[in-house]
Amino acid sequence: MDLINIGLKGIFIDNMIFAYFLGMCSFLAVSKKVSTAIGLGAAVVFVLTITVPVNWLLQNYVLQEGALSWIGEEFATVDLTFLQFIMFIAVIASMVQLVEMIIEKVSPALYGSLGIFLPLIAVNCAILGSALFMVQRDFTIIQATAYGFGSGVGWLMAIVALAAIREKLKYSNVPDGLKGLGLTMIITGLMGLAFKSFIGIAL
Amino acid sequence: MKFLREALEKQKPLFEKGGKFEKFYYLFEANETFLFSPASTAGSKGVQVRDAVDLKRLMMTVVIALLPCLVFGIWNSGHQYFVATGEASTLLDEFILGSKLVLPIVIVAYAAGGLVEVVFAIIRKHPINEGFLVTGMLIPLTLPSTIPLWQVALATIFAVIIAKEAFGGTGMNILNVALTARAFLYFAYPQQISGDKVWTYLGDSATIDGYTGATPLGIAAGATDLKTWGGGTVLNAFADKTDSWAEGLYSSWNLIFGAYPGSIGSTSVLMVGLGALILILTGVGSWKTIVSCFAGGYFMGLLLNTFGSNEFAQIPPYYHLIMGGFAFGAVFMATDPVSSAQTELGKWIYGFLIGVITVIIRVLNPGYPEGIMLAILFMNVFAPLIDFYVIGANKKRRLRRATV
Repeated sequence: MDLINIGLKGIFIDNMIFAYFLGMCSFLAVSKKVSTAIGLGAAVVFVLTITVPVNWLLQNYVLQEGALSWIGEEFATVDLTFLQFIMFIAVIASMVQLVEMIIEKVSPALYGSLGIFLPLIAVNCAILGSALFMVQRDFTIIQATAYGFGSGVGWLMAIVALAAIREKLKYSNVPDGLKGLGLTMIITGLMGLAFKSFIGIAL
Repeated sequence: MKFLREALEKQKPLFEKGGKFEKFYYLFEANETFLFSPASTAGSKGVQVRDAVDLKRLMMTVVIALLPCLVFGIWNSGHQYFVATGEASTLLDEFILGSKLVLPIVIVAYAAGGLVEVVFAIIRKHPINEGFLVTGMLIPLTLPSTIPLWQVALATIFAVIIAKEAFGGTGMNILNVALTARAFLYFAYPQQISGDKVWTYLGDSATIDGYTGATPLGIAAGATDLKTWGGGTVLNAFADKTDSWAEGLYSSWNLIFGAYPGSIGSTSVLMVGLGALILILTGVGSWKTIVSCFAGGYFMGLLLNTFGSNEFAQIPPYYHLIMGGFAFGAVFMATDPVSSAQTELGKWIYGFLIGVITVIIRVLNPGYPEGIMLAILFMNVFAPLIDFYVIGANKKRRLRRATV
């Protein structure tokens, strides 16, 4: 039950995009078609579900103060927290490389349509963000996995909804200055208004 | 009628191409088609939709369906004042006071929205649509009668520009325009649109002893906070209000009738039902959306009855449907043909989820006593996605049939 709650919280209440505004760049850029958006969203879910627990291990057995005590008594006072960002990013980047290779092998069409944005997942703030939130909230490793999965699904849901809206808008007579990114930002704002419905629920 | 026609014909050349007021053609056209059916009709050859109903008549039907709610809202706004102060009153007094409160809000909403509409019509050269007559009526009906007029104007302008004209005008918007206006006010100026104090106009008069002005949802939402809730069921809390002013105020019959504090037009399930009848009989509103919306609310209420953690969750499910703006939202907001799901199966899913989410927000989210507004906006966001998948599934099914 606890895990389901953490997952649901990640999807609806602490939605990466509408509660924290993380992962905006690819959210805005790769949301022109629903099929591409689902591909990127699925990749983000996959990367998040893997990197958050891996980063959890890293945090708890390497980086934290006293985390290295499993090597020997003399390491008990070592605090490597200052390496947190670099280490987390390194883990994320290597995972993204892995995903990229898998997608290229499994679905060349999706690989083509994701293009540059696939490597950009490495610097997608939503992914580093959830790793850092995971540290902040003192999750266990199982909870961290549920959280990573949940926030990934929340991100997927948001980008797919935006893509469906943008596909529908193809037929609209949008004012010139707003075409493309301008209107997308307005839509994002309005979606944020709608997503406020869940913010504040305590699970 | 004839002299009107003649007067219009006389002015027409001025507005047509090359005329003096060419720029204002759409303004002229709006007035002309508002008064008369357009003279140019499609020929009888070929396949055409041959129906007298166009967008303008469609929208006017909605406005007519809203009138019972407006009239009731005017009466109720006045009535609540006399309930709160304990003064004696006749029906006429209540209507007069109510008109003084409500009509300015309606006029301001129409004026502000109309101004934006006209400016955009002239600059962007698109016809003026009656869609805004509906929006301009819906906005006041969802607001408390004490709302400052400048806020009404601001919210209307915001909603018409950001939620509608930025998307290209009528028929293109993603979110329901009237609800966007309300949500804007709700988050920008929460003091004037939430709490117990804003729903009843008091002027300078003192209230009678013990008057709180709480809405039924306000009382019920108190149960979501276990620390301040005294215990006992929500229905008991309704029944406990036995001061002279509150006698029968929160009974289930009165919740249906609608004479309790709340937004101007959305308290009366009876009047909303009348509007729903008009919408369904004329085919303007989708009965599927309305029915599934109520079904979703009832289902979620029932579900929460079995494992809800607070007293609000234990309320009989039909109370969710008659309290606050649920009926109004389901009938007039969820059925908005532009922002709702367009496919028939999609409408069932869309409506059902609105009902479910409304009850979830009401019972589980302590931040908002009322959930219908945000639930509809939330599902507006997902309506295109629902359609996308319904159409996709449809295509797949047909392809399979074709290849066999």
